[in-house]
Parts: sequence; C-alpha cells; structure tokens
Amino acid sequence: MPVILWTDAMIYLLLATVVAAALWIRKRPHLALPWQRVAKSSVGMVSLLLLSLFVLVGLIDTMHYRVALPEKSNGQTVYSVEVLSVFDAFAQGIKSRTEKTYSAPLAAYLYAKESMETLEGKIRRDYPRLRYGGAHLADPQRELLGDVLKRTGIGALEGLLIGVLLIVVSNMLFHFFVKLRAVWSSTGLEISKDNWISTFTRAMKNKPLRALLITALLIAMLLGITVNLAAVYHVLGTDKVGQDVLYLALKSIRTGLVIGTVTTLVMLPFALLFGIAAGYLRGWVDDAIQYLYTVLSSIPSVLLIAAAVLMMQVYIEMHPEWFETSAARADLRLLFLCLILGVTSWTGLCRLLRGETLKLRELEYIQAAQAFGVSSSRILTRHIVPNVMHIVLIAVVMDFSSLVLAEAVLSYVGVGVDPSTMSFGTLINSARLEMGREPMVWWTLAAAFGFMLVLVLAANLFADAVRDAFDPRLNRA
Amino acid sequence: MIAYLIRRILYAIPILIGVNLLTFSLFFVVNTADDMARMQLGMKRVTPEAIEKWKQQHGYDKPLLFNAHAEGVRKISDTIFFQKSARMFAFDFGSSNDGRNVAREIQTRMMPSLAIALPTFLIGLLIYITFALLMTLFRATALDMLGVSLCVLLMSISGLFYIIGGQFVASKLWHWVPISGYASGMDSIKFVLLPVLIGVMGSIGASSRWYRTIFLEEIGKDYVRTARAKGLSELRVLFRHVLKNAMIPILTGVVVVIPLLFMGSLLTESFFGIPGLGSYTIDAINAQDFGVVRAMVFLGSVLYIAGLVLTDISYTIVDPRVRLQ
Repeated sequence: MPVILWTDAMIYLLLATVVAAALWIRKRPHLALPWQRVAKSSVGMVSLLLLSLFVLVGLIDTMHYRVALPEKSNGQTVYSVEVLSVFDAFAQGIKSRTEKTYSAPLAAYLYAKESMETLEGKIRRDYPRLRYGGAHLADPQRELLGDVLKRTGIGALEGLLIGVLLIVVSNMLFHFFVKLRAVWSSTGLEISKDNWISTFTRAMKNKPLRALLITALLIAMLLGITVNLAAVYHVLGTDKVGQDVLYLALKSIRTGLVIGTVTTLVMLPFALLFGIAAGYLRGWVDDAIQYLYTVLSSIPSVLLIAAAVLMMQVYIEMHPEWFETSAARADLRLLFLCLILGVTSWTGLCRLLRGETLKLRELEYIQAAQAFGVSSSRILTRHIVPNVMHIVLIAVVMDFSSLVLAEAVLSYVGVGVDPSTMSFGTLINSARLEMGREPMVWWTLAAAFGFMLVLVLAANLFADAVRDAFDPRLNRA
Repeated sequence: MIAYLIRRILYAIPILIGVNLLTFSLFFVVNTADDMARMQLGMKRVTPEAIEKWKQQHGYDKPLLFNAHAEGVRKISDTIFFQKSARMFAFDFGSSNDGRNVAREIQTRMMPSLAIALPTFLIGLLIYITFALLMTLFRATALDMLGVSLCVLLMSISGLFYIIGGQFVASKLWHWVPISGYASGMDSIKFVLLPVLIGVMGSIGASSRWYRTIFLEEIGKDYVRTARAKGLSELRVLFRHVLKNAMIPILTGVVVVIPLLFMGSLLTESFFGIPGLGSYTIDAINAQDFGVVRAMVFLGSVLYIAGLVLTDISYTIVDPRVRLQ
C-alpha cells in the first residue's frame, strides 16, 4: 500500500513546481540566459551533479509504502505498521545485515571482546567474528586486506566500465537526436556529416562538460567500489545496535533535503507577499509588516524555534490518536520543524524584497504602467515579481546549506527532528559520546560529518554559481 | 540625539509587547496548562489532583487573561498573562520548575557566558577582518582564489565538527586543556581557551568571505582610484581608506550581536560544561522548563533591540554625516 506522508506530498509539490518552472524557463530566452551562464561554470555543473545524486537518493527514499502482511483479518488485508521506502527495498541488503554492536569500517571482527568457547571447550575472551562483515573469509587476519583490495579494484573497474558505457550510449543518443532533428526540420539545416565520435570530441572542447564527465566517471568508480564492498562488508562500520552506518547516512540525506527545501517552500509565500506588499503599498501596510518582522526577528531564532518545537512536542504528545504509524508521527514533527524554521527565517528575505520593491516602484517603467492605469495587482504580478525573482532564487539556494547545517545543531539541542527520524543531527548526537571510548569509535561521526560536508559544500558551490549568474551587479561583457 | 534615543526606546515597547504576546500565545494558548502539567509529571502519575497541585505550585491555576472571580485590579492582575508574561517587563522572571529565582540565576550565569563570548567576538573580528583584507589585497590572484576556496570549505563544515574535533585533539590527544568545566577568576583561562579558539574557527569561513565582499565593493569606488592616483601604496589605501569606509556595512552586522554576547552560545557552553546562560537555556529546553525558556526569549529580544539602538549610535561615531534626530 503506498503511503504519502506529509513531507512526501511537499516534496512532490516542490518537484512539480521545479519541473514546471524549468519548462516555463526553457521557452523564454531572457529567463534561460542566466541558467546558461550557470551551465558554463565547471564548478556549478560538478556541484549540480553531486547535488542531483543526493536528490536522487532523497527522492527514492521519499516513495513510501507499507507491506501487506500475509495474514488477513475479516477478509481485509492488514498492512505492516512499518513504513518503508523504495530506498529501503534497494538497500535491503545493508539494512538487514545488522551486527551485535559496533564494528569498524571494513572489519571482520566485532568492536568488543566476548567470551567464547573454543574447540577444546575452553572459555576464551576475544573479538568475535562479525555475522555478516567479511563472513566469507576463512581467515580474515590474513585475507582481509587482499580481499578488500581485490574488491576495490574490481569495483573501480566495473564502475569505470559502466560509466564509460553510459557516456558512450548517451553520446550516441544525443548524436542521433541531433541528426534526427536536422532531417526532420526541412529548414535547409545542413545534415552534418560528422559521426558520433566527432560529436564526442567536439563536446569535449566544452570545459564544463569535460569536468562533468570526469566527475561522473569518478563517482561511477566510487559507486562501483562501494557496491562491491558493501556486498560483504560494512563499508562505514556499524553503530551501537549494529546497524550499518552507510545505510543510516544514506537515509539521513532525505531529512537534510526536506529541511533545506520544504522550509523554503513554507517561507517563500510569506516573504514574497509581505515583502512586496510592504514595499509597494507603503503606508500602514508597510508599518504593520515591519512591526511583524521586527518582532519575529528580535527573538533569537534558536530560542523561538526551541519554544515552538517544545510546544509542538507537547501538542503531538497529547494527540497520539492522530497517527497511524510512528513514521507518520515523526514525519509530522519534521514538517512542523520545517514550518517553524520557515516562520523564523522569512524575515531576512522579506526585508530584502521590501527594499528592492521600494527601489523598483520609483523606476520609470512602473510609473509608466501606473500612468496607463494598470491595476496594482497587475503591476505587482507582471512588473515587480519577475524583477525580484533573482533575489528570491539567490536567497533560496544560499539558505539551503545553512538549513542543512542548522538541522544538525537543532537536533543536538534537542529541538530538532524526532529521535526516530534518521538525520545527520541524530546521527551525530548518538555518536557524540562514542569519542570517549577506548579504542575510539570514530566512524559514525566521520560518516555523518563527511556526508554533510559533501552535501553542504556542493550546495554552497552551486549557490555561488547561481549567484554569479544571476546577480545583475556583476558586470559581464 | 537624546530625543532620538528616547524615541527608539519608546519604539521598543510595542515590539516587546509583541514578543510577549507571541510567547504567551505559544506557551499558553497552543497548549493548556493541563498539558504542560501532564508533560512534567510524566504520563504515569497523572491524576486530576496531581495536575491541580502542580498548577497551583507553579502558579498556572489562574484564568488566562481575565479573572472574573477576583475584584478590582485583580481582575486583570490575577491571571496567567499578568503573572507570567507581563511581569517580565520589570525583569521579574518568576521561578524555574525547581523553584529557583530565574532573574538571580541569569545574573550569576552572565559572567561565564561573557568570559567565553567576548574574547571570541573580539579575536574573531580581528582575525576575520585581517584575513578578508589580505584576500582583498591579493584579489584576483591565485592566493585570493585559495583563500575563498578555503572559506567555502570551512563554512561547509558543521559547527559541531569544530567542537567535537577540537575537544578531541586539544584535550584528549594532546592534553592541553581540560575537556570541559569552568572556574572563576584567573583559573578560568585554561577553560576558556579552547571554546574561544573553536568559536573563532567556527565562523571564520562565512565571516571572512562576507567581509571580503564588503571590501571588494568598496574598492571599486572612485575615492579608491583617487587615493591610488595620489600615489598611495596599496596597503595604505586598504587600511586607511577602504577599511574606514567599509565601517558602516561592517558595523551593521557586528554591533547588533554585542548585547547578545550576554546570552552566550548554546552549543559551546553545553559541550564545554560552562555554567553560562547558553547551557542554562539548553538545560531548560531539555527539562522542558517553560518558565526559563520564556524568560530567555524575552531577554534575548530586549538585548537584540538594544543592539539595534547601539548600531545606530555607532554609525554616528564612524560617519560624521549620519545624524540621529
């Protein structure tokens, strides 16, 4: 049975908006121009590739369902209370292979010593073998390194091969389409004589495309290695209850993305409506809106979020009957968190938009429109909104990374996502005290920080590329 | 200027009333006092009597806004709103769930917070601006590129990483300083050192980049060209002319946070076990002590508004053209 949680619905909505916007922009050269500038930036394209990988994982993880249980009651199918996602189905392997407790990355032995009975019947304290990690090896102490190296090599090779294959196929497809279009459009377009190899070499003269290709190959190799190793090892180790850290980290991606994007979705209407209304209408509307955002921004945001989350916690706690599954409950909390973050964070953008609208409304073309008797609402939608869009876009992409980082902090403070929701914050929070162990358990923290770093870095770099392309203050030839 | 200040302070009153109303509705309208009592008492021991007793102990057994049973002024004053929210204007924060006076607690905890926050702020400012000026000096060279890339990398790392990593390296690996704790007087230095260092590290990326953009914006202006045309050295242009003229945008972001330094930092204080206001807040959040959270929200907004007024005053100091009236 498919399950659509609240945040899922938000994500689908967001996805639909993005697709619609992309189609809209494609047809309009003046809107597409800045995006073409983004496409010309190598850093922008590479970070976009990384981001889209994260988004892909997040999207697969968004398609939720509940498994039908074999037994039926009164002829009706009973569904399991556990909400799974398509990603869980993909990652069934690493999800189900849980060990007893901590184990280091690529280890064959458990982290803690245990009393074991030897063949001679004596009790001996030693590190037991893992149930799954490296279980295929007869003598891990001797074979482990060789096996890992072998698998790494094979994985890299496989990844590389598949990557090259994909590139060749997509190049051929592209070549084919170009030919097809030339044949179909009888506008005298000369049917080019180059074959697919020359199409490729010409494409390679394009620097961003070259960078993109190299990154894609590297990622393919990395994926190949990971898949190969993950089949028999715990690539990033296991956590306290023996869950695979790689699985946890991958599941955390969705939470980070939801926080980063849905918050924006919540915040945008407020910021746009209030900012533009304040700037354009002025007078008492401006005063009222300024008062509102001064009040909201005068409260330190962490405290406001904490207060709101505490209240929401009590509220959810008092209404357990609303939720069919614990996933639905955790999900609602995530949505609330996004709402609260949105409510506390619209003030900055609102102020920017108000300032810009104040500036725009004095420009000649707006005054001309007013002189022609164009109604206020039409001036706002036709003339003001399109001209502040670049500010909105820049703010949105810039906010994303700070929101992902904020989630970790909030979860640590105890006002973040539900403890049962997998997120970078909960991962860090649970692993924080493990640094004190001897020997140290570092892999959970390393995995959480590593994944977060890549995600946030990619988002930051992409945001920079977008800002450079859209900022009208930068002079371009 | 005095008239301006008075007006600004008067203007702060409606904002504080707004903050007060907001927290009030957040804490008492969304959830009733009964819900809070049930949450505090835990789900098991909940009996109507226990709830009533808890409410009475903590003064939540009154009507929200208007007490019809009382007489005269007490119709208004003997309510939750007056007792819990309106009294905050007189900095009377009531008592926390364990019965301590919140206002006194805030007073004693302010100093440790300040001992961490103030050095972090000052040293940080010095380092960020120096770093940003250096990047501006070497603008459009490989060094600048390297600096900016470093900034982007540093700002992509979670603040938690700096704290956890710093604690691990400095305290556990090298045994420089104790992992956490606090002492008053001169002893505090060894406890303060690491939090300050980490605090400075934590925002070096974002801040330096921000100052760099401010400087780059200034450097394209006409007066800089004039200064160079006079034959001034680039260093002199940067430090004497650009830095001075960039003061206004710098102050806009910097002065606002000065009063908020009293509030301390939530994360740093709780990780390093410093008995400041930040850790006080975190403890209150974890213990669901709403009275303390309410007090901190109010205090925070008072300090923020004080910061806004200070910002305006600071403009007059660095830019004689600005007159407050």
